[in-house]
Amino acid sequence: MSDLHAPARDDADVMIRLEGVSKRFPHAGADAVRPLDMSIRRGEFVVLVGPSGCGKTTTLRMINRLIEPSGGRILIDGKDAAAADPDQLRRGIGYVIQQVGLIPHMTIAQNIGLVPGMLGWDRTRIAARVDELLHLVGLDPEEYRRRYPKQLSGGQQQRVGVARALAADPPVMLMDEPFGAIDPITRDRLQEELLQLQQRIRKTIVFVTHDIDEALRLGDRIAIFAEGSRLAQFDTPLEILANPADDFVRSFIGERAAIRRLSLLRMSDLPAAPGPESAAGSVVPAAPEETVAAVLDRMLAAGAERVEVAGGTSFSVQQMLFAATHGRQLHDGRGAQ
Amino acid sequence: MNFFAYVAQHWERIAFLLFQHVQVVLIAVLIATALALALTAATERTPRLRGGLLSLTGTLLTIPSFALFGLLIPLFGLGVTPTILALTVYAVFPIFRNAVTGLDSVDPGVVDAARGMGMGATARMLRVRLPLAWPVILNGIRVATIMVVATAAIGAAVNGPGLGELIFRGLARMGGANALNEALSGVVAIVIVAAVLDLMFIVIRTLTTPRGLHV
Ligand SMILES: Nc1ncnc2c1ncn2[C@@H]1O[C@H](COP(=O)(O)OP(=O)(O)O)[C@@H](O)[C@H]1O
Ligand SMILES: [Mg+2]
Repeated sequence: MSDLHAPARDDADVMIRLEGVSKRFPHAGADAVRPLDMSIRRGEFVVLVGPSGCGKTTTLRMINRLIEPSGGRILIDGKDAAAADPDQLRRGIGYVIQQVGLIPHMTIAQNIGLVPGMLGWDRTRIAARVDELLHLVGLDPEEYRRRYPKQLSGGQQQRVGVARALAADPPVMLMDEPFGAIDPITRDRLQEELLQLQQRIRKTIVFVTHDIDEALRLGDRIAIFAEGSRLAQFDTPLEILANPADDFVRSFIGERAAIRRLSLLRMSDLPAAPGPESAAGSVVPAAPEETVAAVLDRMLAAGAERVEVAGGTSFSVQQMLFAATHGRQLHDGRGAQ
Repeated sequence: MNFFAYVAQHWERIAFLLFQHVQVVLIAVLIATALALALTAATERTPRLRGGLLSLTGTLLTIPSFALFGLLIPLFGLGVTPTILALTVYAVFPIFRNAVTGLDSVDPGVVDAARGMGMGATARMLRVRLPLAWPVILNGIRVATIMVVATAAIGAAVNGPGLGELIFRGLARMGGANALNEALSGVVAIVIVAAVLDLMFIVIRTLTTPRGLHV
């Protein structure tokens, strides 16, 4: 088929594209979402973050058409979302919300099997998939598949929520403050598990939160919204911490940005040091995937002068900090393999 | 003749009227349930119409039953039809009210998640909202039933079927032989019917409440 608007070559990498997407609710005086352009790459973990009421949820819900945009266009894998049947579209997009929304009179297995069931999978295939997913989110299928949602803790329920969203293996996942109602310790663990899960499944994830620390921890890229749905900055966590686009971003990320950046930066992100200054002093070994903050902490605790990263590079404390603050143009991003 | 002797002697007639009574009540409640659920479904997108209909059906409840039965005579004559019709009018409101309350009280997060997974409106109603609202709806049906058991006695005023006949005849010839016993047997039978139906609803509730809701 010939197409006047044949996609440019790098468009093949774009999974979700928002083109001038806006939303004004009926009887509202102003746009809840002002015309917004955004491209999200295949397999990318993008976090929408900003103060309450800035239009994050509305933006997210326009992607699976729970809210119809007032203007603009949304392309998912190159196809116009508005052209699809809404229910069919949603069955192909995972959806996780803060309230979890497990159906209370259905067992965990029935909840996870909902979308596969609507897609017409047969029973044995669904049962196998349910067990596979429960394993994936760290719940023993034997113990949990026959339980009801009320018999699970909040954290376990949201694990099931994630499993349910992944059931039909959708390429895209939308998550609206999924850990917002969960206690800090469990939230921390769920965040870590989600990152590990994403390493394995490489979905395109759009994740909404109002918590900048959660955003910095999870996102490959972060979209910071200001009041009135102004997209203030859309960049990697390291870049945002190092170069906030404006005063709004600066105040939103808060204090000690440079220090916090060290806990995101990995040893492998550092450009090689010019070579050992001196061989003297005690040495601490480090792995490339360790964060600079963790290594610095160990060096200070041990009173060590140098660190040796597995694979050869070696830094003094001064060299490491210099590389961390000046070397970002050489190798930015989140520890890519 | 004492009351028990009276009942023993007229057992067959009492049992027959009791059976009629239960039948009329259940038919009226069944029609009212269908009507109330239809009204609930039809007014899903028109909250104002729903509010208006709730007020209307609630107001009908305040018409004295004797008057309502009487008013139906010119339209439907005497007997079974006006009785069932009047009882249906009374039974609609509690069921309608509870159906609306029950559906409104379903956790919006659950419905939103279902919609976000691509479950259509009909499936959401049948597989998610109705089962979750069911205990509340069933309670509305129970209240309507108990209410209508008592009201059905007035049906005898329009020659309707049921236990009202015992009460009306007994009261009409008060002072005559066994008049008090006759009226009393009607009252006691109605109380027993109400109690048994109430018990039946407890059993139905236990059997039909989805398991996940009372774990
Ligand atoms: N259904 C709706 N009807 C009218 N206004 C809405 C609706 N949903 C959201 N809004 C308004 O749109 C704006 C953005 O809301 P939302 O997207 O929920 O913000 P966020 O998720 O960033 O907190 C808010 O001002 C909110 O009041
Ligand atoms: Mg929100």
